[in-house]
Amino acid sequence: MHKEQVTGAIRWASAAVLGGMLAAPSWAADTSQAALQKINDPARGWDHLWREVIVDITIIGILFALVTAYFVIRSRRTAENQVGASPTLSPAAAVAWVVIPIFIFLSIDLYTAANGWVLWNHYRDVPADRLEVKLESGMYSWDYTYPNGVRTQNQLVVPAGKPVMLRMTSRDTLHSHYIPDFRVKEDSMPGRVTYLWFYPEKPGEHVVTCAEYCGVMHGYMAGRIIVKSADEYAAWMKQEEIQFAAASATDAPASVKTGQPAAKPKKT
Amino acid sequence: MNLKEWIFTTDHKRVGILYLIGSLAAFAVAGIMALLMRAELSAIGPTITANPTNYNVWLYTHGAVMILGFQIPALTGFFANFCIPLMIGAKDVAFPRVNALSVWLFYVGVILALATFFIPDPPDIMWTGYPPYSTITTGNTAMYSFTVLILGFASIIGGVNFLTTVAYMRAPGITLNKLNIFVWCTLGAFVLQLIFVPVLGTAVTLISMDKYLGTNFFDPAKGGDVLTYQNLFWFYSHPAVYVIFLPFIGVVFEVISSHARSAVFNYKMVVYGGIGGIVLLAGEVWVHHLYVSGMADWLRIGQMVTTLMISIPVGLMMIGLVGTLYKSSIAFTTPMMYALGVVFLFLIGGLTGIPLAVPSLTLAVSDTYYVVGHFHYVMAVAGTFAIFAGIYHWFPKFTGRMYNEFWGKLGFWLTFLGSNIVFWIMMDIGVQGMPRRYYDYAHFPQFEHAHQWMTAGAVILGLGFAIAVLNWIIGAVKGPLAEDNPWGSPSLEWTTVSPPPHGNWPSPPSVSEDWHPYAYKKG
Ligand code: HEM
Ligand SMILES: [Cu+2]
Ligand SMILES: [Cu+2]
Repeated sequence: MHKEQVTGAIRWASAAVLGGMLAAPSWAADTSQAALQKINDPARGWDHLWREVIVDITIIGILFALVTAYFVIRSRRTAENQVGASPTLSPAAAVAWVVIPIFIFLSIDLYTAANGWVLWNHYRDVPADRLEVKLESGMYSWDYTYPNGVRTQNQLVVPAGKPVMLRMTSRDTLHSHYIPDFRVKEDSMPGRVTYLWFYPEKPGEHVVTCAEYCGVMHGYMAGRIIVKSADEYAAWMKQEEIQFAAASATDAPASVKTGQPAAKPKKT
Repeated sequence: MNLKEWIFTTDHKRVGILYLIGSLAAFAVAGIMALLMRAELSAIGPTITANPTNYNVWLYTHGAVMILGFQIPALTGFFANFCIPLMIGAKDVAFPRVNALSVWLFYVGVILALATFFIPDPPDIMWTGYPPYSTITTGNTAMYSFTVLILGFASIIGGVNFLTTVAYMRAPGITLNKLNIFVWCTLGAFVLQLIFVPVLGTAVTLISMDKYLGTNFFDPAKGGDVLTYQNLFWFYSHPAVYVIFLPFIGVVFEVISSHARSAVFNYKMVVYGGIGGIVLLAGEVWVHHLYVSGMADWLRIGQMVTTLMISIPVGLMMIGLVGTLYKSSIAFTTPMMYALGVVFLFLIGGLTGIPLAVPSLTLAVSDTYYVVGHFHYVMAVAGTFAIFAGIYHWFPKFTGRMYNEFWGKLGFWLTFLGSNIVFWIMMDIGVQGMPRRYYDYAHFPQFEHAHQWMTAGAVILGLGFAIAVLNWIIGAVKGPLAEDNPWGSPSLEWTTVSPPPHGNWPSPPSVSEDWHPYAYKKG
């Protein structure tokens, strides 16, 4: 069976179990929205699922807290020798108190898992029409290489309206390329290649920050993603290409650091 | 009372109290580290130190000492030692000398952890010690490895001891279904320690070998793999949160049942569904700490399901706790306040963990202050509240004296208020993008206000903790003498005198057919 079909089936089953109680309305909205959009912007999906899960846990939390508060308030000790009623459960009731909660928790779990899986697939299936940039991280900078060889540091310029994919590795310690505005991060590591993608819809600027402890200056490892309109991006890229050609013609090192392959740990 | 008696003691109660003193000292040091960090973060730019390494060393010490030097030893060292033999009607543990060895090993480990401040190259690798940084830093990684190995070893021999004790030394008539919930919880925790501590031992040994002996387990340039360490580390360290969770929730069960004079609701559900379920699931969820570390997609999805399923045993235990409050008879004593505080904090902590089980959602919030806020609610603060509840609850038993209710409650309200300020704000700015383990946050100026509130909250929180500790010290020295059974509990530890003599009872206790640790009788 296809992945989407499996998740669809699980969603149906668990939604039925819940009797559409908690989240069925938003589930319906989710599906119709997903069908309409050409590019599934994972950041939008994230906002949607996050809100839904927060609403669910808030409802559960408030219900639970109210029941607890009611029991506590009703049970204040009034006489020194008073003891609680400690009602005994019949064997059937004792089993029911296990089976019914398991059933409820499990359906909430599977429902959440199915939604999480659908969103996961959006995050991992990169649209074919994309800009692919290589990233090498190092203590303490982000070094990007465009398909045409142009390099930038701590600043990634991208055209609006086109998905951007980063193929990432590291030349020293672990780092994590985190773009809060696009709700995405993934670690970059020496000896491994990881990827992430995001969808910069409109021109603007976004902070990039390091989310994996990488060394003394971890807190200062930051950069910027600059989203330009398609025209401005083309103009900028032309400029960079000229510089890049000039630099390679004279065989001088490019204006940015090139980075080395994986650094070797200190020998002792 | 002389010093020699304490140093050479093999009495489980004294060993327990030695554990308590050591772990509270560790708590104080790690707490001061927390305040230093909060002071540093109270404004953008350098505030109390201009060197980021200092912050990193504080954070390393805070994390490692809070977990390995405070919570695990307080729970599986102090409470397990003091309570288990008393609860099962035994004179002592099965191997009293091994027990004494474990507490002194623990002191060696704690001293090693705290010696951080007296060496020129303190470790700055966080309590997780991830390579490659831990193998290239100028900080002292060996110190980290040895601290973990010694404390781990102390815990393993404790585990063997307690499993044997509960298996063979129960008083006649105490069947498995008449064990206190705390005893069950601690057994579960020790089973986890015995299975998983060796994995952690392997991981930390290998990083020191990589760093000092030139091996290449984790060095990709020589054919190693950095991710292997993370897998080994979390293969232990996720179960470790249950090693903390199980005994602390066990303490809360004892406190709530005693002060509400109400039998634990659906005992078998709590023991077999709750504790059993957690022990079974504990080893299948470690990948949720590696959701953004480039693990195979199928593994991230598989462990999302197992992680979400943790809600089942945990939910059953919460039903057990709240069910116990139904039609009960609650005295709002200080220990009861702390225990009810745990229910509230753990509810927030547990529910905010649900989004963190979903890999797609963690792509945004992993490694941010959201995670730091969540785990302080669910483990750090809930666990500490439970430890405080337990210390107050058994205080009359192990000191023979009473603490002061007024200062006890004041301390509770200050810590309760302070923790909610600090850790709620943490979660809030985390969702907006504040990453963890930052000495400074120059590119996030919008969070400066929030950081100031958290620093203020931490001061209130610290004040509350300090009041509690002073209350114990003063109470232990000159509090009024306590009765043998001030809470009116049928649990066996309350049937002997306060404090219990060596050997616990003049003659071994025997229990009647209808006795149960939670069978409260009127009058
Ligand atoms: C007493 C009040 C406490 C305060 C104000 C506090 C505060 C903090 C702060 C500010 C951080 C670091 C945030 C960062 O830079 O990433 C932190 C991290 C941490 N705290 Fe606490 N904390 C407290 C209690 C505890 C307790 C009782 C535990 C016990 C388990 C604990 C365990 C940890 C751990 C494991 C870390 C993560 C360390 C790391 O990132 O390697 N904390 N805490
Ligand atoms: Cu970093
Ligand atoms: Cu975990």
